[in-house]
Amino acid sequence: MLDKIIAEQPSNRIIVTVIGQDRVGIIASVSGVLAQNNVNILDISQTILQGFFAMVLVADMEKSTVDLGGLKEKLNQLGQGLGVKIDAQHEDAFRYMHRI
Amino acid sequence: MYTLNEVLETIRMVQEENLDIRTITMGISLRDCTDSNYQKSCQKIYDKITSLAKDLVKTGEEIEREYGIPIINKRISVTPISLVAESSNADDYTPFAEAMDRAAKEVGVNFIGGFSALVQKGLTKGDRILIDSIPVALSTTERVCSSVNVASTHSGINMDAVYRMGQIVKECAQRTADKDGLACAKLVVFCNVPEDNPFMAGAFHGIGEPECVINVGVSGPGVVKNAVEKVNGSDFGTLAETVKKTAFKITRMGELVGRAAAKKLGVPFGIVDLSLAPTPAVGDSVAEVLEAMGLERCGTHGTTAALALLNDAVKKGGAMASSYVGGLSGAFIPLSEDAGMIRAAECGALTLEKLEAMTCVCSVGLDMIAIPGDTPAETIAAIIADEMAIGMINSKTTAVRIIPAPGKKVGDRVEFGGLLGYAPVIPVKEFSARAFVSRGGRIPAPINSLKN
Repeated sequence: MLDKIIAEQPSNRIIVTVIGQDRVGIIASVSGVLAQNNVNILDISQTILQGFFAMVLVADMEKSTVDLGGLKEKLNQLGQGLGVKIDAQHEDAFRYMHRI
Repeated sequence: MYTLNEVLETIRMVQEENLDIRTITMGISLRDCTDSNYQKSCQKIYDKITSLAKDLVKTGEEIEREYGIPIINKRISVTPISLVAESSNADDYTPFAEAMDRAAKEVGVNFIGGFSALVQKGLTKGDRILIDSIPVALSTTERVCSSVNVASTHSGINMDAVYRMGQIVKECAQRTADKDGLACAKLVVFCNVPEDNPFMAGAFHGIGEPECVINVGVSGPGVVKNAVEKVNGSDFGTLAETVKKTAFKITRMGELVGRAAAKKLGVPFGIVDLSLAPTPAVGDSVAEVLEAMGLERCGTHGTTAALALLNDAVKKGGAMASSYVGGLSGAFIPLSEDAGMIRAAECGALTLEKLEAMTCVCSVGLDMIAIPGDTPAETIAAIIADEMAIGMINSKTTAVRIIPAPGKKVGDRVEFGGLLGYAPVIPVKEFSARAFVSRGGRIPAPINSLKN
């Protein structure tokens, strides 16, 4: 059943999450790193949760110039510079947990 | 697309509530590794395990990175060695355990299960040699785990084997006296053992299983506890529904990881074992889930009912999330591995009698329980017999993993470190069961075994 879904919808999509203290330039920096590596942004939603900045970004890695591990590393470094926590995970981790 | 809340929920489950894939276990059939020359057989075993599992750890780590969810253990289970070794000329199966241990080290897994025998109805030559080899095998190897199934609903309880296992447990403790009886932590006695269980120490690759398979064990007591806390004060229907929904989400994650691992390794996917398996870490405790339901301390009156609700709701949620749920799915209640259970035992709220009652409704049994080192083998056998009787009559799996801690008394503590944790030594009854367990023979199967 799941095999079929995986076969039908080959997904190169990732979800990038940013959580931390709000400041100017977070979205610009994250989208900058994605653009440099040819990762296409599909959707961004962002809010302030209990004083914390929280952003969820869906992106397509189809034509990416780095693999997910490499991208995670770059985002991680960026996050340390900005003082926020940036994660990138394969979309399936969210798709299977929340969608039947 | 995803709502912000859904994404944050997943992230919170992993980062704050210790949601993890507890284990991916590769089951490997060793049925083609028999040889009349035991050295050749051991070589075949080593070669087969190291070739099939060479990428297991690497693949697990890859999946961890991709999905951002930790996979704590990568392990291997093999065909019960009593079946593989029986046709060899060996009169001691320790070399087989050594071959397993070497293979486990080579591929980098921390435990390998399957130094096992199934003797619920009686013992063959191979079963007898295997059981006799357990104390030396477990005390001289590092990563090998052993299990013996001594009872089933269909066959009854093999009391000769039960008595023998009481002695084996004692011997295992004595041989590892310098490590608080560590060998006992690697040995489980079962009733109605499942053949696709990915959890150690009871994992082995059953004879009805395919050549090679990936089974996954998921765990998330912290996630369930947080969900339970959110419905504080609500009625039982709401409570059960909340646990069910949470279990569903956890199981989906397990199914995803299992399928991904199986695909990458090119072997079939077996089952997801949805279990709430605790770790000694704070916030990762089954006892704390029960306490979040409204019990002041795990072990007090009401604990069995709370555990029954939890176990059932977990199974119901899991059954919807995956078509291949198996193993031991439900709640594990190992004493030494659960911070809340340890606390409850230390303050006297949790006793051996209450633990036994709780095993009637949990997924396994008396697990990782330390008792005084001078407990006679007959008493240990009687504890095993009681637990086997619960499993046999109720058509469920039960198990005993008990540690008569050498030189320790009630109130002392045993330390195993890591995932095995530590446990206070708790009292057993002082009255003897010697005359009972030494009768010999088999306790007949109950009437509910006549289902055909």
